[in-house]
Amino acid sequence: MIVYDKPHALLDVPLHYCPGCTHGIVHKLVAEVLDELGIEGETIGIAPVGCSVMAYDYFACDMIEAAHGRAPAVATGVKRADPSKVVFTYQGDGDLASIGMAETVHAAARNENITVIFINNAIYGMTGGQMAPTSLVGQVTQTSPYGRDPKLCGYPIKVCELLSELEGPEYLERVTVNSIPHIRAAKKAIKKAFQNQIAGKGFSLVEVVSSCPTNWGMTPQNALKWIEEKMLPYYPLGVYKDRSASEEDKK
Amino acid sequence: MADKVLMKGNEAIAEAAIRAGCRHYFGYPITPQTEVAAYMAKRMPKIGGTFLQAESEIAAINMVYGVASAGLRAMTSSSSPGISLKGEGISYLAGADLPALVVNVQRGGPGLGGIQPSQSDYFQATRGGGHGDYHMIVLAPSSVQEMAELTVKGFELADQYRMTAMILADGTMGQMMEPVDLNFDVKPAPEKPWATTGTKMQRKHNIVNSLSLVPEELEKLNIARFERYDLVKQNETMYEEFMMDDAEIAIAAFGIAARVSKNAVKEARKRGIKAGLIRPITLWPFPDAPFKKAATHVKEIISVELSMGQMIEDVRLASECKVKVSLCNRVGGMIPSPEQVLDAIVKASNNGGRE
Repeated sequence: MIVYDKPHALLDVPLHYCPGCTHGIVHKLVAEVLDELGIEGETIGIAPVGCSVMAYDYFACDMIEAAHGRAPAVATGVKRADPSKVVFTYQGDGDLASIGMAETVHAAARNENITVIFINNAIYGMTGGQMAPTSLVGQVTQTSPYGRDPKLCGYPIKVCELLSELEGPEYLERVTVNSIPHIRAAKKAIKKAFQNQIAGKGFSLVEVVSSCPTNWGMTPQNALKWIEEKMLPYYPLGVYKDRSASEEDKK
Repeated sequence: MADKVLMKGNEAIAEAAIRAGCRHYFGYPITPQTEVAAYMAKRMPKIGGTFLQAESEIAAINMVYGVASAGLRAMTSSSSPGISLKGEGISYLAGADLPALVVNVQRGGPGLGGIQPSQSDYFQATRGGGHGDYHMIVLAPSSVQEMAELTVKGFELADQYRMTAMILADGTMGQMMEPVDLNFDVKPAPEKPWATTGTKMQRKHNIVNSLSLVPEELEKLNIARFERYDLVKQNETMYEEFMMDDAEIAIAAFGIAARVSKNAVKEARKRGIKAGLIRPITLWPFPDAPFKKAATHVKEIISVELSMGQMIEDVRLASECKVKVSLCNRVGGMIPSPEQVLDAIVKASNNGGRE
């Protein structure tokens, strides 16, 4: 009896991620969902610029590498080219919430029928640990060496809350992957975000509060604890928008 | 629609793109090219196509990147300041070897500049415009008919060589109306086995990508790309020569400047001055041959431009500095008059013989 198997949609290649990084977990969850929904052959993924830039080498579906922050625009093009395809972007916080904020907000406002997997680990990982739009107040990074000072650089952006004010998006949920129950809940959300697209419901974004032990300067275990103690109070988990569900409730 | 119609240049581009099989257009309003977007907004929904007003020129070019990745003909259009914003996406298109059509209906710059015609994006277009080693095929129409024909040609060349083709027009070309014959043949798009259309679980995944972290590999990719560019140079260079056989004074001009110059050449001939015109139709690849030949028998080449002198550098390179090359120009949205060009021809003619 097979108790655990590697998902088909994740290629059997070494990932470049640091030890303890949660990108691997989220990659696996996305791949499992592609397997379970049987959509790998019809899916096109868009990789960002950032730590997950090489996601195109890891997923077995067709992949496109986009310019920094532009994945939702590229996804819009792919989806409009053939609406029968399943299109997802996989983006970090710098990519999605800083340089690509316009593309993110407008894809959401158009209710573009795509799935967005948003990794919020409160730091720029690939470039070596600079302040992200989601870095917490007081967080020490290479470009906030005295801690993020809101007088100088404002407050971290809560993407789900921000987008939830728009009429457009179908589904916004924030999850995390710092424990087994949370990972299971994250998978459920990711699956729903893909199912929404298949059902033609529109823009579905899952924000995954993630860890970066290397650039946070912590052991993997402490990084998972830091998510619980520091990140989640500022970034509360939950569903921020679920239009179909709320329309159901009204009936 | 009748096959010969009176159209604005911008509309001719849009209609020709549709006839070339383009069903995906992404734009952003900017004068003097907005008619392209307006035309597409009207037509695309009726033919099952996509018109999308993007949130920015940056988003528009990246939507084009997405459609091109999916293997379909896609285009965007803008005017000078908007093309600067598209520079990032154009560089990525080049790096990923994706075909696309970009239209630049130029206006005066730099910065916000003005909204009147200009040719001052010549450097930006012919040298690439974005970062990295790459070229676009740059097509310079000088009539509304050519706005249409070169749009079709642009899609065909883009597909054939997996490059971005740019229509480098200007505000005059975009705004003026002329009769257009839209009855042209269109080559169907070639097979695109590299496109990201879903594996159907029947092949290894396709990847559209411009990242290559191993320098030896990135070097090879660049060299291979430039070998393809060499084929474009050999096969696709286009120009028009007008009264050049016995010319003593040659004008170099494209687009609206070429139309003005043709009138000046005719007037000069009436006055007994042997003037001629070389009109590059492809600005990249630049037609070196007619200038090299002209350098053997003319005493001066006058580059007539709506810029401070950009194409003149290519004219000098092509004529290998064997002959005097001078500039006759207006800028900031101004257009040289036929009289101004004629004066330049007369002056050159009075300047004595070849050195």
